[in-house]
Amino acid sequence: MDKTSVQKKEWEPKIIAFLCNWCSYAGADLAGVSRFQYPPNIRVVRVPCSGRMSPNILLDALKAGADGVLVSGCHPGDCHYISGNLFARRRFAIFKSLIEFLGIEPGRLNFSWISAAEGEQFAKVVKEVTERVRALGPARRLVKEI
Amino acid sequence: MSSIPNRPISQSPDSSNPEGSVLVVGGGIAGVQAALDLANSGFFVYLVERTSAIGGSMSQLDKTYPTNDCSACILSPKLVECGRHLNIKILTLSELLSLEGEPGAFRALVRQNPRYVDPNKCIACGQCAGKCPKKVPNEFDLGLSKRKAIYLKFPQAVPLKYAIDPRYCIRLNKPGRCGLCEKICPAGAINFKDVAKEEVLNVGSVVLAPGFSPFDPSDLDFTGYGRLPNVVTSMEFERLLSPSGPCQGHLKRPSDQKVPKRIAWLQCVGSRDINRSGHAYCSSVCCMYAIKEAVIAKEDAHGDLSASIFFIDMRTPGKEFEAYYNRAIEKGISFHRARVHTVLPSQEDNNVLIRYADEHGVMREEEFDLMVLSVGLELSKEAIELADRLGVKLDPYKFIDTDVFRPVVTNRPGVYVCGAASGPKDIPRSVTDASAAALEAERILSPSRWTKTKKKVFPPERDVHAESPRVGVFVCHCGTNIASVVDVEAVRDYARGLPGVALSQDNLFTCSQDTINHMAETIRKEHLNRVVVASCTPRTHEPLFQETLRDAGINKFLFEMANIRDQDSWVHQNEPEAATEKAKDLIRMAVAKVKLHEPLPYNSVPVTKSALVVGGGVAGMNAALSLADQGFPVTLVEKKSILGGHARKFYRTWQGSIVQPYLKKIIDQVESHPKIDLRLETTVSSVEGSVGQFRTGLSDGSTVEHGVAILTVGAESYKPMGKWLYGENPNVHILLELDQIFIKDPESLKGLSQAVFIHCAGSRVPERPFCSGICCTHAITQALELKKLNPDMDIFMLYRDIRTYGQRERLYQEARSKGIIFIRYDLDHLPDVRQEGKDIVVEAEDLILERKLILHPGLLVLATGVRPRDDMGELSKLFKCSVSSDGFFLEAHMKLRPVDFATDGVYLAGLCHYPKSMDESIAQAQAAAARAAIVLSQDAVPAESITAIVDQRKCTGCGVCTHVCAYHAISIDPAVGKASVNTGLCKGCGACVAGCRSDAVTLKNIGNRQILAAVEAAMDTMDI
Repeated sequence: MDKTSVQKKEWEPKIIAFLCNWCSYAGADLAGVSRFQYPPNIRVVRVPCSGRMSPNILLDALKAGADGVLVSGCHPGDCHYISGNLFARRRFAIFKSLIEFLGIEPGRLNFSWISAAEGEQFAKVVKEVTERVRALGPARRLVKEI
Repeated sequence: MSSIPNRPISQSPDSSNPEGSVLVVGGGIAGVQAALDLANSGFFVYLVERTSAIGGSMSQLDKTYPTNDCSACILSPKLVECGRHLNIKILTLSELLSLEGEPGAFRALVRQNPRYVDPNKCIACGQCAGKCPKKVPNEFDLGLSKRKAIYLKFPQAVPLKYAIDPRYCIRLNKPGRCGLCEKICPAGAINFKDVAKEEVLNVGSVVLAPGFSPFDPSDLDFTGYGRLPNVVTSMEFERLLSPSGPCQGHLKRPSDQKVPKRIAWLQCVGSRDINRSGHAYCSSVCCMYAIKEAVIAKEDAHGDLSASIFFIDMRTPGKEFEAYYNRAIEKGISFHRARVHTVLPSQEDNNVLIRYADEHGVMREEEFDLMVLSVGLELSKEAIELADRLGVKLDPYKFIDTDVFRPVVTNRPGVYVCGAASGPKDIPRSVTDASAAALEAERILSPSRWTKTKKKVFPPERDVHAESPRVGVFVCHCGTNIASVVDVEAVRDYARGLPGVALSQDNLFTCSQDTINHMAETIRKEHLNRVVVASCTPRTHEPLFQETLRDAGINKFLFEMANIRDQDSWVHQNEPEAATEKAKDLIRMAVAKVKLHEPLPYNSVPVTKSALVVGGGVAGMNAALSLADQGFPVTLVEKKSILGGHARKFYRTWQGSIVQPYLKKIIDQVESHPKIDLRLETTVSSVEGSVGQFRTGLSDGSTVEHGVAILTVGAESYKPMGKWLYGENPNVHILLELDQIFIKDPESLKGLSQAVFIHCAGSRVPERPFCSGICCTHAITQALELKKLNPDMDIFMLYRDIRTYGQRERLYQEARSKGIIFIRYDLDHLPDVRQEGKDIVVEAEDLILERKLILHPGLLVLATGVRPRDDMGELSKLFKCSVSSDGFFLEAHMKLRPVDFATDGVYLAGLCHYPKSMDESIAQAQAAAARAAIVLSQDAVPAESITAIVDQRKCTGCGVCTHVCAYHAISIDPAVGKASVNTGLCKGCGACVAGCRSDAVTLKNIGNRQILAAVEAAMDTMDI
């Protein structure tokens, strides 16, 4: 496929999903085992814990050209590392306000709790996030045009 | 029954040279736990399972109480560990036929029934079941759904291999017909000629964990079960709730698939019922599981559900159970104290109509959409036959009989039991029992530790630091699982062009043994120094591929997986083009990331092979003896000047055994044991180090070095000073004070004409909301003792719910039959106690007669509960372990790690965990010892390799990282004012990395660099 044909194709959002190893990544696997279908727009990066995610990485993902970001961890109280997801929750609550201040649509940043048992929930969240980001259009705010 | 074939008689058992292997019968959670504990502490385990996969009843449950954890999710890792364990041999579809020999030298004859599928070839693609034309009832769903004659027991089955059910298979029953599975199987795994095999196993000990069967209510006509379509058992209801069950987790009732809006639970079906089911005992778990099912069903319906539970006594005596019950009440679950006697079909719509008498004796009728029978637990027919074959004695309730003071020991020496087979019990108690059984099994085998086990040996690793990346990419077809959607050849060719990729191959099954061997060879031949496997999920397969890297002589952390099946081909089945593009992206991301991976050390900590036990009560002494008997030195620290703790005041166990002679015996054993260093009047003052290497300072000024610690500091009786005349009238006692009279001067009680017991004195009230669980039984034991001393004595028990769970129910029945009078009270009608002259007057309201009752007892006994010690907080801080909201120690996981703390190498047992009876304390102490022995039997324990690391040049010493670390693994080094990581404590979660504002902390191989490389690679569409 050459470059021009890519550009001709209808725009599809690309979403980076940071999933914690113990719950949400397992939930994504379960969606597969159960064959729940969802849009092919996400690219998963497996991280040990949602508490591993710093706002910097999310900004970097947007800078790299991601149209949306999803961070998903264990439900509160279920964290494999005792409290990592709670730190993530606090961090991102504040981060969301900063993002708005920067003029980035908050809908580009998505957080969810998905357990290892919630395959269907995973598929549902991916569908919702994909639709939300698609409606916002391409993210250009942080991307340097060369 | 077959007998063991003639073979040379092995030499008579030699206590210094017993067999270093153990047979575990039953692959449920108890058997799995026992097998893991034994295999991890140096014994080879044969795990014999009757069905085609391990997992037992727990794998069928939806959620577990009181945490509402998903059952399959918390169980599955244990099953996988069991399945992959080098020193556990799982024999599925197998049974133990006979057992000869004696402890240390048993010969067990095991029959393995044919699976008709070669497990070495089967790749669990499921195409066979897709083609199989024979639909049969699915036993895993209790017949609520269908499966095929060739089947996988459940999606997470271990081993993940199909099996043919010979009862239904067309080909096996009519040779020459069908055989479709054989034709479709891409791996050639079907073997219709498979036959049963018998094998003699030489083992030193045997652990029985056959589990339970849910009671079958078909014969209880009044329940309507079997006649009315919308009457189901609780186990069936679990499957209806389960996401992997017949309604995919969206509860629907069987008759018309409608969503039920009104559900009733009927408690004690097949329990506490001598009349109809012949089960006099209480099944212990049904009150809690009914509450759980009601709560989950209501949550799933977003509150739009009316849930009613009909019960006799609400029995929620375990840790956090009472709080769970109270929350259920708040959530609007309604509880009716009534035994339903009639269940009828309603006029319309297959609903269920029930009739019952409410507490005031008024007849009521109510209609429900669905009714759940909370069926009890019993030993299965197969397990009873097994016990019979082995000469293992059953108790009167047909559970396996055990010793009071050695709660997992059966009458047959060398044969131990765990789980619900020795009495109805929940998962944590089954797991505790399992570890205790492992302890008993290894106790006599300890000289033969590591004699039968295999140890994996790896070649030395090549130093790849100086090499430029040479990435090998292996793309898997997974039969057709990936290849039917993703264009695997195109992806393979695409990967070849990625920078740094030296080689890209595709394989039909990357995880099959021959491909694995080929992969190792390729890594060596092609000098690969990074590997990417694009296939299924790293959660199941990463360890396998990482091992292959080690086999090929490179560090296992130079590896990354691209999940192109579970997270690609399976979820984009109708978008092959997009799925292929995604697969390319995922591989590009993996390649970009793995190029930045560095070899990591296989961290380990050498183990000091001795233990510290804190607390010299029954639990502490048992823990100490359990380890010392295996040759591990133990330092036993006791605050007081004498051993024995609470048990010194305790008269009789609920089973009827006198405590003091037993106590004297084990105190003697402890005091004379050469491996036990006893420190009386001593406390712990400081603790340094972590698992394998603790250094603990004691109040006598000495320092003890030890590899593990077991905390058994006990608890206290609640003394209600100034309430109910306690401390004011000499004839008012708490339970243990009456026990002391029984011990010292029972004659003084003979002249009493009336005694009153007040249950829940100071328990289950807002100040102390939890239920101590043991006081009901203890009080009733004492009431019976009083009756024995003076049969004419009038005894009144003022109670809220009688919680004589399990076989303890026998005492309650005996008490009632002996004329002891039980009068219920509730929080609105508390008994009033006052003194008139020297006499005690108790005024209570009989809620059934609705009349006041005035009693003049010569003895008033307050059944007060257990309260945690005040000094536990200090100890928990020293050992970095947690305390629950009730003030008791908090274990690592309520269900599956009941004797471990979250801090590695520290364990707990006895009353400091939660109130419990003596047999439960002993089992827990032995379990803690078994868990500790796993560490002590190693020369070194592995530590996390993916740990945080600080670049001290960047660190500003702000300390945020120290606050976010849940393991106290990172601290500010006062000498330099910079953060540093204790690798032994670090679990690699990365919280500190995210918290660091100076980018000074990173996580090895999952640093910002590696994550960003993956993110940028995901965006890189230029080189398509």
